[in-house]
Amino acid sequence: MFPRLAPTVIGAALASLASIPAAIAIDRSQDDLKDLFFGAAMYEAYQGEHFDAIVSLDTELAQYRRLDQPELDPFTAHYGEAEFSVGDLELSYRMHREAGRAIEAVLKGDVPRPVRNEAAYRLARIHYHKQQPRNALHALEMIEGRVPERVRAREQFLRARVYMELGRFSEAVELLEDLQGEEELDGFVEYNLGIALLKAGEQAEGIAELTALGKRSSSDSAKQALYDKTNLMLGSRLMEAGELELARPYFDRVHLEGPFSNRALLGAGWVEARAGRFDRALVPWKMLQKRKHTNEAVQEALLAVPYAYGKLNVHSTAAVNYGHALDVFGEEVDTLTASIESIREGKFLEALRRKEADQVKNWVVTLRSIPGAPETHYLLDLMASNDYQEFLRNYRDLNDLHERNAEWLKSLRAFESIIAERRAYYEPLLPGLDEKFRALDARIKLRTEQRDTFAQRIDQMLVTRRPEHLAKTQERESLLRVQRIRALLDRQPSLVSEETKARVQRLEGILHWRLATEYDARLTEAYKHLQELNTEIGELQQVYNSYVRSRQAATHSYVGYDDTIRSLRARIEQVQPRIERLMARQGAMLEQMAINELEGRRARLESYQIKARFALADSYDRAHELQEQRADQRRIEEYQSRQAEQPATQDKPEPSADGEPLPQDTPPELEPDAAGEEAAQ
Amino acid sequence: MSRILILTALMLLASVGYAQDVSRGDIRGLDEQIQDVKKDVINLTAELSQLEEKLLFPSNTQASFFVSITEPEGFSLESVELTLDGEVVAHHLYTYREIEALQKGGVQKIHVANVQSGSHPLQVRYMGKTDSGREVSGQASYAVEKKVGPKFVEIQIAGAKSAINFKDW
Repeated sequence: MFPRLAPTVIGAALASLASIPAAIAIDRSQDDLKDLFFGAAMYEAYQGEHFDAIVSLDTELAQYRRLDQPELDPFTAHYGEAEFSVGDLELSYRMHREAGRAIEAVLKGDVPRPVRNEAAYRLARIHYHKQQPRNALHALEMIEGRVPERVRAREQFLRARVYMELGRFSEAVELLEDLQGEEELDGFVEYNLGIALLKAGEQAEGIAELTALGKRSSSDSAKQALYDKTNLMLGSRLMEAGELELARPYFDRVHLEGPFSNRALLGAGWVEARAGRFDRALVPWKMLQKRKHTNEAVQEALLAVPYAYGKLNVHSTAAVNYGHALDVFGEEVDTLTASIESIREGKFLEALRRKEADQVKNWVVTLRSIPGAPETHYLLDLMASNDYQEFLRNYRDLNDLHERNAEWLKSLRAFESIIAERRAYYEPLLPGLDEKFRALDARIKLRTEQRDTFAQRIDQMLVTRRPEHLAKTQERESLLRVQRIRALLDRQPSLVSEETKARVQRLEGILHWRLATEYDARLTEAYKHLQELNTEIGELQQVYNSYVRSRQAATHSYVGYDDTIRSLRARIEQVQPRIERLMARQGAMLEQMAINELEGRRARLESYQIKARFALADSYDRAHELQEQRADQRRIEEYQSRQAEQPATQDKPEPSADGEPLPQDTPPELEPDAAGEEAAQ
Repeated sequence: MSRILILTALMLLASVGYAQDVSRGDIRGLDEQIQDVKKDVINLTAELSQLEEKLLFPSNTQASFFVSITEPEGFSLESVELTLDGEVVAHHLYTYREIEALQKGGVQKIHVANVQSGSHPLQVRYMGKTDSGREVSGQASYAVEKKVGPKFVEIQIAGAKSAINFKDW
């Protein structure tokens, strides 16, 4: 038995350990967060929303990889962690291949040694989960030097587990002994160490290690389950080896309310029964008999109790208990038949697809409350197996993907409707707006040209003094008139008097004088005007830019989506039948396994029924035989008493021939209270 | 009979769950196809999400608000309410898993809005509890300055100190 039990127990222990979240918390007090969107992705990851977290992190990583200078992006601070987190999340989302690829990419990259070592450790973990211990070891061998401190213990623990899988128990023992005292692995190390020691042939040390672990007690139900499992495993092993006196305390240590209590009570009873102490065997078995009848151990106890009564020669009580067992077995066979039928009708998968299952902790059990769903208590053991868990999760994942896609298809229709509304709103408005925009554009261009000319002149004037550039319109006209007069005078000098010449010169002089003396003030003024013009043009430019953005936004709100939406819809429509086919295959696998399990349980119950019927008949015969013997004895005694001529004392109870009182009820020493006291001792 | 029962008991104690009547090859083949379809849907969802954001929250009007806890020790956030431009835009009650995610340093995207460029008054109110059961609440205001590009505002709740800080990203 032990070789079969051990892998299951180890598997369960390791599965529990695997659930230790690998993602590291972000320390906000140290302001560790450098990229808001990384924090948002981790918010999903910390909640176990694997799909959403992978989508977010994948998007961030893809955007980051497209950057020209990624090292300048704040996401750089989280890049390595994001890569690892994607790997972890993909592993949790049962995408081992992708997780492996992501981590292998880290290993191939130019990364520091500690990062490479951590990546190798994570890759090894993936291989281990895929039940590929050799590949896991190969990955672990890629580690050179020390791994980062926060994963050191886990790496060593993984290495020990890999050694155990490969049959290298002595090396595993060495590593596990070194790991003792690691808080996060408390219990798991001791358990695996005990198993490794046993497998390495060091029986006494292994049993001592596991015994010490089994003697522990914890308010944490998961830890207590590990201790109980250890005790159950050791008790069963010792019982099988015929060490009955040693086995019993291990069964007694298993908590009565824990998940292993039924098996422990059954085992405790069998230890006593095999030692020939059937009265003591009845104590745990009668406790077990009152528990939920769907449990295998309880069903067996229903047969074991009358069997023990039979051995104690209390045949009438045995017959009553066999009768009770037959009633229970009959009801349970009917339940199983109905459950198998319900699975065949597809009710099981229908129940699995329900959303509320996610919200309830023990959702597998609650499935049974759904009308027509199978009795899931019979499926608990099957559902607890790693394979079945994987299938269940995959089925639910596929269902979730299908529903998401269906929602997206609805969203795409909504998007198209939004786009159509936007088009209907903007398209009539845009020609008028464009007209206004063109007028504005012309104004801006004109003003900009003026500004440029003006600015150019001012720049020139700062270098070369050009007072005429700063002349006002009237002054400019006056200067032109004076120039025309002078030209006229030059053509006909005989007609011009000295006085006229002097007047022209004076006029010209006045104008130049004014321009020369006011030059600086006018230049300053002109500069101010240029600034004002710049402001005005800036404002116009803002209106212009705003218009351009609004115009673009309006256009972008409905133009260019058609092809994208068409392509995305086609891809969804392509992927949905694939999901449906995979769901059907995975669902059929789940149904078949569940039906096999239920049929197996039903076959066992039917064999119990046959045994119970024979045993019941046998008990009746024996009880009847006993009654006849008692009647004969009574007659003999009556005869003897008459012979002795003594008056018969009618009130006294008559002793039976074999000393056994008539079986009216459970013998006092086998009452549950007495049993409880005994067990407590 | 006792031998049969003992044998059954031992089998029962050693019950092992494994895939019955389904070959390993079938399981592996199906599993790989499921992994492929998951990858395809992840890629598809990423593209669809981007399309949705582009269509519903274009960058020129987008303002996103995020909630985080800067001092999570001994503090559980119960609810957060956001009022933007005088209108309650988000009121969130936290589940146990969400509280845990915030305490580990996760950042919750609580609301995405479409707003015009300019200043927008934001009021934030929160309620929570300390480990000892003391009720803690706080509120703060902030002017969200929306410019041309998308706006990201982180609302940092300093746990039991009843303080709120705002960070523009």
